[in-house]
Amino acid sequence: MIDIYLAGIGLCAPGMLDWAMGSAVLRGEISLSNEEPKPVAALLPPAERRRSSQATRYALQAGQEALIMAGLPATEAAVVFASSDGDGENLHHILESLAQPEHEVSPTRFHNSVHNAAAGYWNIATGAHTPANSIAAFDDTFAAGLLEAAVQAATENIPVLLAAFDLPLPSPLHEVRPTTASFAVALLLMPRPANTLTRLRISLEGKPEDGTSMHHPELEILRNGNPAARALPLLQAIATRQAQRITLGWGDNSLIIELNHENQ
Amino acid sequence: MKPLSVIHYTLASALGHGKSATLAALQEDRSGLRVNNFADAPLETFIGRVDGIEDIALPPDLGKFDCRNNRLAQLCLELDGFAAAVAAARERHGPKRIAVILGTSTSGILETERAYRRRDPASGALPGDFQYVATQSMHSAAEFVRRYLDLDGPAFVISTACSSSAKVFASASRLIQSGFCDAAVVGGVDSLCNMTLYGFNALQLVSSQPCRPCDPQRNGISIGEGAGFFLLEKTPSPLALLGYGESSDAYHMSTPHPEGLGAALAMEQALSRAGIAPQAVDYINMHGTSSRSNDSAEDKGMQRVFGTGTPCSSTKGATGHTLGAAGAVEAAIACLSLEHGLIPGTCNTRSIDPELGSAVQLQHSARKLRRVMSNSFGFGGNNCSLIFGVAS
Repeated sequence: MIDIYLAGIGLCAPGMLDWAMGSAVLRGEISLSNEEPKPVAALLPPAERRRSSQATRYALQAGQEALIMAGLPATEAAVVFASSDGDGENLHHILESLAQPEHEVSPTRFHNSVHNAAAGYWNIATGAHTPANSIAAFDDTFAAGLLEAAVQAATENIPVLLAAFDLPLPSPLHEVRPTTASFAVALLLMPRPANTLTRLRISLEGKPEDGTSMHHPELEILRNGNPAARALPLLQAIATRQAQRITLGWGDNSLIIELNHENQ
Repeated sequence: MKPLSVIHYTLASALGHGKSATLAALQEDRSGLRVNNFADAPLETFIGRVDGIEDIALPPDLGKFDCRNNRLAQLCLELDGFAAAVAAARERHGPKRIAVILGTSTSGILETERAYRRRDPASGALPGDFQYVATQSMHSAAEFVRRYLDLDGPAFVISTACSSSAKVFASASRLIQSGFCDAAVVGGVDSLCNMTLYGFNALQLVSSQPCRPCDPQRNGISIGEGAGFFLLEKTPSPLALLGYGESSDAYHMSTPHPEGLGAALAMEQALSRAGIAPQAVDYINMHGTSSRSNDSAEDKGMQRVFGTGTPCSSTKGATGHTLGAAGAVEAAIACLSLEHGLIPGTCNTRSIDPELGSAVQLQHSARKLRRVMSNSFGFGGNNCSLIFGVAS
C-alpha cells in the first residue's frame, strides 16, 4: 500500500475536451456531447508536431494540461505513458507497406512505430531528461500504468506524470481489436501533499473484482470501450469529491484506490 | 538501493540456447551472426537468428498465443531450469506475489505481417484464424509467460524500444521494495520480423555485413532475436542487481544525443543507486549497436562518467542487436561475466575507431570481476543502465 497525491489532471476525449469540460460531464452538469477533440499539443515544436501522430498528440495534450494544472516544470517530472495498442494508424500503414513486394517502409513511420513514441516526443518537447516509461497491459493498461507511476513517485520521491491513451485502430485491425472511442487521460502524481487535489491510497488485492462501473450508460460504454477510459470512475470520484473507494480490475487481482479529498 | 537478488537467469540468442552455450561462444570470441536466411524478409544483411524456434509447440491450452515471439519466450523459459526455479518460487511466495514484467519492442508482429498478406481481397478483412490480441497486442508476451509459469501477480509489458528489457529491472525493483510483490520474473523477448529489418533499413542503419561495433569502418547494425529471463527476490544471494539508472535524451526520436548526455545520466544514476564510485565498475557491456552515431555517443557518455580506463565491449557483433530483448540478453551476459570471470570481446571488429576514447576490448580476457554495468539505449532517447555484482 502506498499514498500519493494528485496535483493535476488532463483529459482529451470526445465530449470531454479538457478537464473543465470532462469534470462537468462527470458531475452531471452538462451532457456528454460528441464533439471531437482537436488536440494541438502546443508544447510540440512545429516540426515535431507535423511528424507526430494523432495518438501522440492526444497523449501530449492531456499530459500538458495536467502539468499546467500542477504548476510544475516539465523537467522535474518522470513520465509513464500507458497504452494497450499504441499508434494503430501508423502501424496499419507500415503493415500495408510490408504486405507489398517492395517492403518499403517510411523512415518517419518506422521511428514513430515504437510504443514509446509519445514519451519520446514529450521529452523532446519539454527538454526533460527524467526517466520515461511506456507500458501496456491490454484492457488493464490503466491499472498497470497507475501502479507503475504511483510506485515510482513514492519510492523515487519524484513527481510522475501518467498519461494513458488509446485510439480506435483503423480497419482491418479494428475488427480484431475494437476500441470504440478515443480517450487520453493524464494524472500528475506527487510523492507528498502540496496544494494537491486529493490523496490516493493504492493497494493491490489478490482477488479479481469487477472494476467500479459508471451509472451513466454512455459513460459506461466508453469505460468498456477504451482501456484508458477505465480511468472514468476515478475521474468521477475526483470531480464529485464524493466516492471514497474505486476498484480497477487487473487480471486475477484488483487495484484498489482509496481517496481522501480532505487529507491533502 | 538495497541489492535485489538474482535467484536464477537464462538466455537464448544467436550464440545458442542457455548459459553454457553462450559462455562457450564468448570464451571463443565466436559470432552467431549468419547471412540473412529469414525467408519472410529477404534483405541483404546478416542476422542473429535463434535456432529451433520453428520446432517449439505451445501448450494446447495456450495455443492462441502461438507466434514466433512467444515460441522464443517458451524456448528460453525451459533453458537452465528457469521454469523449475520459478515453480519453486511460486511454492515459496504463492502465485499472486510474483510479478511478471517483460520488455519487447515488436511483440508478435510477424503474425500480423503474415495476416496482412492474407487479407480478404473483397472486404480487406484479416483471416479468421488470426489472433491479434494473443500475439501482436503489446501485452501478449507478459500474458503468455505469466500463464505458462502459472503465476497470478501483476503483469505488464514495458516497450521503450531497445531499452525495454533493461527497464523491467527498475520497475520490478520498485514493486518489490514497495511491497506489491515478493518476487518478479523479468526479462525480454524480441523476434525477427519484416518490420524491424526493413524499418531499420529505411533509416539506413542496417549493415550489409556482420556488424562491427566501435570499428572505424562500422556501417550499421545486424538485427538479431533473443530472450532473457530473470527471477528476482529480496532473499540474499551471491548475484544481485546493485543499481539502475533511467534517463531521456530529449534530443531526437531515432538519433542519440551526440555527446551521450542521456546515456551519461543513466550511468551516473545507476552508480548513485548502487552507492559505488565509477572505479568500482570492472567492466561495461556497451549498448554498442555498431551504428556510427550510437557508438560515438556512448563512448562520449562513458568517458564523461568513467574516464578512459574502464574495460568495455559490445557483444552485439556476437548476438546481433536483439532490440527489445537486448537489455535482458546483455544483463544475462553481464551476470555470466561476473560468475565466470570473463570480459567478453567485441566480435567482428578489426580495430578500434581512433575517435573513440574508451577502453574497448577487441578480444575476451579472463579477469575476476565484482561489478559489471550493462547499457541499453532506445529510440525516443530512452536510456537505462544496470549494475550487477557478486558478493566478494
